[in-house]
Amino acid sequence: MAQNILFIVVSAFTLIMGWIVVSNRNLFHAALALMGSFLGVAGLYVLLEAGFLAAAQLLIYIGAISILVIFAIMMTRRLMQTTETPFNNQWILGGVVSLLALAVTLFVIVRYWPLEAAGRVGSLRPDVPGAMIEGSVVQLGAALVDVNQYVLPFEVASVLLLAALIGAIVVAWPERLPKDRE
Amino acid sequence: MVPLSWYLIVAAILFAMGLYGVIARRNAVAILMSVELMLNAVNINLIAFWRYLTPDRPVGLAWSLFVLALAAAEAAVGLALVISVYRERDSVIADELDSLKY
Repeated sequence: MAQNILFIVVSAFTLIMGWIVVSNRNLFHAALALMGSFLGVAGLYVLLEAGFLAAAQLLIYIGAISILVIFAIMMTRRLMQTTETPFNNQWILGGVVSLLALAVTLFVIVRYWPLEAAGRVGSLRPDVPGAMIEGSVVQLGAALVDVNQYVLPFEVASVLLLAALIGAIVVAWPERLPKDRE
Repeated sequence: MVPLSWYLIVAAILFAMGLYGVIARRNAVAILMSVELMLNAVNINLIAFWRYLTPDRPVGLAWSLFVLALAAAEAAVGLALVISVYRERDSVIADELDSLKY
């Protein structure tokens, strides 16, 4: 029961922060709310007993991606006055489309509810032994380098990260270096 | 324990909010932030399904790690593009980047 209350608090925090990200006029405040939302998602991971992923979320999302976003906002901030509208002229259509997407997803989840209540899916193993959860990180590490499991996506991901690194440097490189402007 | 559907509902709402942000925000950096929200919603789903359906195999964990790596790559390239466009056009408003249209 305490876990249910904790879940509701954490997910309400996540969703409110997410709404601030989407709707706030001040882009810098939106970036701070983005960090809050990432923190809430990390809390959800902890509730799901995925401690490793929660730590990775803290390090990568809050530690790296948010800082990158804030840097980009500060480098492009001059034009983003807080007085102008944050939404373009298709915001009504966008709201309708995303509400429709939400309705379809919720319809599927609700349709599947009776199956979960009857214990046929969804709650197959709600109370697994703690050793299995603790061993999952070891399993994950082994699976990432196992030839029969994830070694190919793992290597492709590292090549992708290298390509993104080099690509980001090339794209953001100034055409004229600052000393040439004199 | 919390029912699985609660996690799915939270993830669905977060995904829909991110979708709205991608469609309706004007600033390119804000669009990238909304994309990150959508990726987070997907990750919640992956980990919830791992915990409830296959806790004995780290399928969901592995794929959510790949999503994490992809999000990092996407943020790096996307923000580099934003900075490059800002340098070129003096604007990061998506409506004003329309030179392919005319």
